[in-house]
Amino acid sequence: MTEALDWLARQFTITFITGNRYKLFLTGLRNTLIIAFGAVVIGTFIGAVVAMIRVHSAQSGKLRALDRLCGAYLAVFRGTPIVVQLLIMYYIVFAFIDNGISIAVLAFGINSGAYVAEIVRAGILAVDIGQTEAGRSLGLSSGQTMRLVVLPQAIKNILPALGNELIALLKDTSVAGYVTVKDLAQAGENVRTLTAEPYFSLIFVAAVYFLLVMGITKALRAVERRLARSDRR
Amino acid sequence: MIVVEGLVKKFGGNTVLDDVSEHVRSGEKVAVIGPSGSGKSTFLRCLNLLERPDGGKILFEGEDITDPKCDADAVRRRMGMVFQHFNLFNNLTVLKNITLAPARLKIMTETEAEESARALLARIGLPEKADAYPSMLSGGQKQRVAIVRALAMSPRVMLFDEPTSALDPEMVGEVLDVVREVAEGGMTMVVVTHEMGFAREVASRVVFVDGGKIKETGTPDEIFGAPRDPRLREFLSKVI
Repeated sequence: MTEALDWLARQFTITFITGNRYKLFLTGLRNTLIIAFGAVVIGTFIGAVVAMIRVHSAQSGKLRALDRLCGAYLAVFRGTPIVVQLLIMYYIVFAFIDNGISIAVLAFGINSGAYVAEIVRAGILAVDIGQTEAGRSLGLSSGQTMRLVVLPQAIKNILPALGNELIALLKDTSVAGYVTVKDLAQAGENVRTLTAEPYFSLIFVAAVYFLLVMGITKALRAVERRLARSDRR
Repeated sequence: MIVVEGLVKKFGGNTVLDDVSEHVRSGEKVAVIGPSGSGKSTFLRCLNLLERPDGGKILFEGEDITDPKCDADAVRRRMGMVFQHFNLFNNLTVLKNITLAPARLKIMTETEAEESARALLARIGLPEKADAYPSMLSGGQKQRVAIVRALAMSPRVMLFDEPTSALDPEMVGEVLDVVREVAEGGMTMVVVTHEMGFAREVASRVVFVDGGKIKETGTPDEIFGAPRDPRLREFLSKVI
């Protein structure tokens, strides 16, 4: 029994205390959160814009060229692995910038945008066309109708799928180490090498990701409940 | 008030409206009847440009609204429309459904729009539903709200697209009562309907559409009492 406790205490010490290694995890967590948050903002923005262009183009027959450009963007970024995209961004597109975190934010954001675009587009299309017709028949512009009537209803439809994408994105950022970023996963790997012990470092990192995902899930549930007000009978 | 000249509308290779001409005068209540698929709803939807005509001209109060330079939004502000499936905004309360367009389009202030909306709700006997969401209303209540939502814009003409077709039978009466009241107020109306009794009672003129063409038009007495077109006779024998 005491042997086991001694082992645990030693593992804890070399994983977190020795050489202030806890700071490695804190930095890693910070970087992971920066990348995930930045990428969500970029991805949501790109996704919403691309989705609206595609829906508008399909409904009105305008913006054909832009629509094709959006289609190409979706094909390229959904058709290649995120790690390869990340490496291309780091070593080719932004070879002149030596800031892994910024490039990771961009790479993950642009990649996520492609998935968000399809989620948002499906959400908009799921809103009955009669809602749009009613808005237009009252003299509201297509922009006003989209903003005041269609999007608020679409958001309710897409929230679960968007939550999925958010969770996937957070975990995808664990490959940021490929471009020298010291994110949470990289911190675990780093400490594993330093201590030559895999248990605490890797399982601790897994637990932190798990807790983050649980937190996101809870928060999304709360938002969903709030948005469901107009459904109550 | 609305002059339609040689209107053509095609969906793909299918000609739904084939050279339709019609003149709706101010104060008229025109009932449009005909078998399903005859083009009567498409005709109505062309009047406020929810469907873009492929040929012909529509003049509304002297303005050619089929001209590409015409501001369709501005035209629609002067035309109210009531849909078969109500199409209340599901994300907004009943009150907001009614005030959204008048307030957003700066036709009234927010306060004026709200006062006018409450007055309209009182008129249709639903003052207590102001803060309810559409999902809490019955079909008949939804359609009555949809009618006053259109009226809140003070339109010059009201277009009704089968306003009672999606209702349970016991709710048809309450909606027709509101439509009748709007008619008695002197509103110019075009009503696509399957309710022959209602067309007969309220309409000042009845238009029979079949196969994308207007086959016969006349007073309710002429259309229902002495129909000349053989297709109209056949249609009436089936629905009455």
